[in-house]
Amino acid sequence: MDFSSLIIIMMSAVLVNNFVLIQFLGICPFLGVSKKLDSAIGMGLAVLFVMMIASAATWPIYALLLAPNGLGYLQTIVFIVIIAALVQLVEITMKRFMPALYKNLGIFLPLMTTNCAVFAATLLNVSAQYNYAEAMTNAFGAGAGFLLAMVIFAGIREHTENADPPACIKGLPLALFSVAILAMAFMGFGGVVENLFG
Amino acid sequence: MDNIILFAVTSVTVIGAVCAAMLCIASKAMAVKVDERIAKIEAALPGSNCGACGFPGCGGYADALVNLPGTKPNLCPPGGAAVAEQIGEIMGTKAEALERTVAVVRCLGDRDALQKKMDYTGIPTCYAAKEMFSGEGACAFGCLGYGDCLLACPNEAIHLHNGLARVIPSLCISCGLCVKACPNHIISMEKESIATEVLCNNIEKGAVVRKKCGFGCIACRKCAKECPADAIAVEDNLAVIDHDKCTACGHCAEICITHSIQKMALKQ
Repeated sequence: MDFSSLIIIMMSAVLVNNFVLIQFLGICPFLGVSKKLDSAIGMGLAVLFVMMIASAATWPIYALLLAPNGLGYLQTIVFIVIIAALVQLVEITMKRFMPALYKNLGIFLPLMTTNCAVFAATLLNVSAQYNYAEAMTNAFGAGAGFLLAMVIFAGIREHTENADPPACIKGLPLALFSVAILAMAFMGFGGVVENLFG
Repeated sequence: MDNIILFAVTSVTVIGAVCAAMLCIASKAMAVKVDERIAKIEAALPGSNCGACGFPGCGGYADALVNLPGTKPNLCPPGGAAVAEQIGEIMGTKAEALERTVAVVRCLGDRDALQKKMDYTGIPTCYAAKEMFSGEGACAFGCLGYGDCLLACPNEAIHLHNGLARVIPSLCISCGLCVKACPNHIISMEKESIATEVLCNNIEKGAVVRKKCGFGCIACRKCAKECPADAIAVEDNLAVIDHDKCTACGHCAEICITHSIQKMALKQ
């Protein structure tokens, strides 16, 4: 493991394999909370945070408990239980000790207990056979990619709110059109990592 | 075979039980005490989350009343005096009286009074029309007439009459959302006791205003000279009434040449 491999994992998670725009994970909060830039940033930061702690907790459990005992097939159910419990725990702790942060991020936490992007990040860490540092880097990159996509899309959406589209595509259809174009733009990053760092 | 199943079931159960126990302990150990007065105050507030009190929603205001000393109990305009009194009872303090305020559209330039400077066929909102050379009307300070305020009003107290927004005072809940929605800033919240008001915002010179609108203030200073209480001053080519000095005689509304000063009847 050297430093450059971590950078490759990070760049690939943020841009090339962006969770929202390339792998189409976590679309529900992406479309639901992207109407305003403020809440989009809050949601993005919350996802980033939960992805980090979820990866930090699930990786040791898989590597030390499930894999040595031949229970790898239980990863789905075990990870869901752990992520859900962890998010609840973080919510309770935050409410008690960091009320200011809870006011900004706390309302997004319950939305994340069963978020597929968080779940996919933890599964990917295991299936790609990353070590602990690589897994944490991947989780950070995936969260940062989600935050990036949220911020870009919320900015676009705030502008399209003031546009005057035909009634048939007003609202969600217009959002889906713009996210499709954005996803195509992100496909341009394909191959960047191999050619720049490879 | 039995062993594998048993082992799998046991380990998942143990993981689940550990998580559950952890959450149980955490929720007990780190429970946050919520002051029961907050819930009571929230129940007393109107619950429309309009934000006119300056806090994020009714919940935010209730929280601030209990946890931020010095927060006044009379900040809720939709609730008015009745809610202020209820909050005072819950908090054990006496409420100061709050005079009801009503939104006033400070413009009289409807389609007949106002000269047109162009035909506007763009996006039919005030916000868009304002960006496009201030819309159809010749006056850049008046009502744009596309009803952004009307959409902002939660109580349907505003309607459009011949291209001019009008407030029905009895339906106004004093939330001030229309004030924020108007891109020309011609709506203001006024105390319901005011007798007269200058319903014009144009600060151009009198001769210019006269060409554009039949109801514009031309700053002739007649009202300022004749007011018996000396409550009217002319600043920036616009008459301004000092409501603290005003004795509600109504003389200014009677003598105004362009009728831009109007008698107000805002009380319910």
